[in-house]
Amino acid sequence: MDARRLTSMANQIGAFFRVQGEAAAVAGVEDHLRKFWDPRMRRQIIEHLKAGGEGLEPAVRAAIARLEAPRS
Amino acid sequence: MDLINEHDLGTPPVEADRLVTLTIDGRSIAAPEGTSLLRAAALAGVVIPKLCATDSLEPFGSCRLCLVEIAGRNGTPASCTTPIAEGMQVSTQTPRLDRLRHGVMELYLSDHPAAEIKGAVGEAARRAGVAAVRYGPAGVCHSQAAPDLSNPYFSFDASACIVCSRCVRACDEVQGTFALTIAGRGFGSRVSAGQDETFLASECVSCGACVQACPTDALIEKPVQAAGVLPERSVTTTCAYCGVGCTFEAQLVGDQVVRMIPAKDGKANHGHSCVKGRFAWGYANHRERMLSPMIREAITDPWRQVSWDQAITYAARRLKAIQAAHGRGSVGAISSSRCTNEETYLVQKLARAALHTNNIDTCARVCHSPTGYGLKAAFGTSAGTQDFDSVDHADVILVIGANPTDAHPVFASRMKRRLRAGAQLIVVDPRGIDLVRMPHVEAAHHLALTPGTNVALLNALAHVIVTEGLVDEAFVRERCNLIAFQAWAAFVALPVNSPEVVSGVCGVPADQLRAAARLYATGGNGAIYYGLGVTEHSQGTTTVMAIANLAMATGNLGRPGVGVNPLRGQNNVQGACDMGSFPHEMSGYRHVSDIATRQLFESLWGVALDPEPGLRIPNMLDAAVDGSFRGLYVQGEDILQSDPDTHHVAAGLAAMDCVIVQDLFLNETASYAHVFLPGSTFLEKDGTFTNAERRIQRVRKVMEPRNGYADWEITQLLSNALGYPMAYAHPGEIMDEIAAVTPTFAGVSYQRLDALGSIQWPCNDAAPEGTPVMHIDRFARGAGEFILTEYVPTEERTGARFPLLLTTGRVLSHYNVGAQTRRTDNTVWHQEDRLEIHPHDAEFRGLADGDWVKVASRAGETSLRALITPRVAPGVVYTTFHHPSTQANVITTDHSDWATNCPEYKVTAVQVGRSNGPTEWQSAAETQNRLARRVVAVAAE
Repeated sequence: MDARRLTSMANQIGAFFRVQGEAAAVAGVEDHLRKFWDPRMRRQIIEHLKAGGEGLEPAVRAAIARLEAPRS
Repeated sequence: MDLINEHDLGTPPVEADRLVTLTIDGRSIAAPEGTSLLRAAALAGVVIPKLCATDSLEPFGSCRLCLVEIAGRNGTPASCTTPIAEGMQVSTQTPRLDRLRHGVMELYLSDHPAAEIKGAVGEAARRAGVAAVRYGPAGVCHSQAAPDLSNPYFSFDASACIVCSRCVRACDEVQGTFALTIAGRGFGSRVSAGQDETFLASECVSCGACVQACPTDALIEKPVQAAGVLPERSVTTTCAYCGVGCTFEAQLVGDQVVRMIPAKDGKANHGHSCVKGRFAWGYANHRERMLSPMIREAITDPWRQVSWDQAITYAARRLKAIQAAHGRGSVGAISSSRCTNEETYLVQKLARAALHTNNIDTCARVCHSPTGYGLKAAFGTSAGTQDFDSVDHADVILVIGANPTDAHPVFASRMKRRLRAGAQLIVVDPRGIDLVRMPHVEAAHHLALTPGTNVALLNALAHVIVTEGLVDEAFVRERCNLIAFQAWAAFVALPVNSPEVVSGVCGVPADQLRAAARLYATGGNGAIYYGLGVTEHSQGTTTVMAIANLAMATGNLGRPGVGVNPLRGQNNVQGACDMGSFPHEMSGYRHVSDIATRQLFESLWGVALDPEPGLRIPNMLDAAVDGSFRGLYVQGEDILQSDPDTHHVAAGLAAMDCVIVQDLFLNETASYAHVFLPGSTFLEKDGTFTNAERRIQRVRKVMEPRNGYADWEITQLLSNALGYPMAYAHPGEIMDEIAAVTPTFAGVSYQRLDALGSIQWPCNDAAPEGTPVMHIDRFARGAGEFILTEYVPTEERTGARFPLLLTTGRVLSHYNVGAQTRRTDNTVWHQEDRLEIHPHDAEFRGLADGDWVKVASRAGETSLRALITPRVAPGVVYTTFHHPSTQANVITTDHSDWATNCPEYKVTAVQVGRSNGPTEWQSAAETQNRLARRVVAVAAE
């Protein structure tokens, strides 16, 4: 799927959680992506992050980075 | 109107704690204080003749037939307007009364066409013993009055009218349109629509309340008139249009429906209806209805009609081939909120158990998915909090992003009645919807905000409530998460959320914001009603959360008259969501990752279930374009017309190897399909719908499916062909399974529904007859959760190229993509989509009313004709999406809600300019559709 679209969607999620503070935002984005994104979408956004993650907001990058590990 | 088994008590019920005892015709009778004599007698089985009285209308005292004698009182008062009193002794049959009634009936009949003496007039004449009239119609009378045949569904014959005013009062009291009046005086008195106009030309909304109220058949449905006989039998069922869920009596002559009568005991509609539900059911027999299965190899081929077995086998083979080549996740299904609970449950079961994927979604994705997400987060339940009757107890009604008089007209009539009784109204909407100002209704505040700024506006209202000390502290302390409340209160109190700052964002003056907030917080019971103007935004879910915050902060939850009430667009949006139609959750809103939930279904279904969420509709289309999603089963949904960014939807569909469409008609999506399975109408099947107030109601088969199978049977055939056996003999068995696996439906069965009429979930051991009002003592999640709702502007921005904001919506006479209503006479009210544009914007562009205009956005462009109106603010344009020739969704973008991907239909930056007619794309699409709908061969079953 188009990385720009996935980036936009992930940043939108990050923008909602931003007001809760950075730690909560990272946790919130991670939880949302795990619960609502199909695995292929998560794989693709992880690949995008590994390729430099162009366009991803900092808290969203941190959340995506945590997706590869099993949920704690 | 003559109803089958109608029992009319003459005047409406009265709520009173005290019973009054009286004597009628020697019988001792007790009834609530304030009850009319007419109703008290009827309750005791004493029939008093009447013509102008009916229990759906306030008494009027016009016909002078219901006269009685009361011991100790002079004269013969009308029993309909006389309240009962303790110890009263009443006689309903005396020689004097007989003489008076006989004289009254003679006068009625003297001016009544002899051939038309039937119905209630005939009955009254028989009861009065009037066989001949002394004053025959030879003199001056109304027999020459020309009938009004202008309305496509009913006629009005003034010669049969007795001017009892029931129609006028029904229009006023029940519908609240005030379109009818009695014109003239004395003998010249006559029913008049509008200003002496025809019914069609007047402001009549064709709800049919007048037809139902008419005691003489002067107003009568044309199909009944054409049949020449009264209906022979009746089947109680539920309307398949909007989320109000009106109960109807489908009345038949032979196997043909001749009229739909709203049921007085329908708990959602209480005997009322709208033009769609009562009249627009003719699509079931429309010539474009498809009745044979069809297949083709490629979408460029013509269709071939085949047997059901061939079509189902072909569909299953292609889906299995795709999965064999590209994996389980390469296919999916979409269910429809137009179908029954049982059908949507089966489609998700087919996806999960037969196709082994969670790639299942429903059309609620594009309307109310943010409601489910937002209300579950705040309250713990993905549903509205009240029943419709709750509005009768509301003191302040806040309508945001909803247009009830067009989209939920029967509930709107209830709301208008409450407003006429004194409740105050706040409307938050970019347009001047009808509720802002209409006969006997005027909003205290119309907050005409800039599209896309709902969250900013709601935060400003919250700011006022918090900073001016209007919070219901006791409610918050007892019922809500205090830590979350304190964080929220601190957030909304920030200066950035003050009305003075937000005014610059949303365009509503600060003093209006402050006044509206004070009214909602302090005006008594505050009830919020909202629609797609809330959800279909990039911050749709945030807006739902902000609404929930407001209700909790003011203590407006947990009792009648208050609450958070999503007005669902389609008949079964609530039910489709309840049934596990979303890719991340099973029925009852339980996430697929929950081990206990999966085990429950796995043990019953005998298959292992995927613990990962599947693709949503927009994700499916994205994945189709990139090649990882290649097969789709769509039941009752037209995503090409209804979903945003038509070019993208078309590209996704065109990229798939197999699209299976199950529908009544060859819809727009079917142009990209390889298999067409003809669907059944709501008249042709059994099942249940769940309306916007969580009310589960029976749909009952009125006639056999013309296509051969009910929709649930077709899904079952496909599942069996895919190798996963289903063997339900009746939808009641499917409901039994739903109840077994869904805690909120645990007490629901067809037997219980038949016994109770309807049930509002949750229905279980704790609430065996259902739950009209939720969260009475505690929220479903425990403590109510305040959620921070920062305003984040949409990425869709106006600028030099696209300076106007387009928002979309509906009209009263049409339903969604118009597949049904466009195939009825409702088209007389709305033959095409128009672009509403403010006079200033039109003048700037040199546009005249009715001009063809091109509307262009970053996604695409289309042409339609302009309607110049101040209903929209300068800078805002508006259109409907009922006609495929317009394809309004060519313009809408792929922006969507952050949480649910619900499309942002309500905010699209556009430019508008004059055009010469349809665009090249529109012309090409028409040609393509014509080619795609070719059918070449007919094969015998």
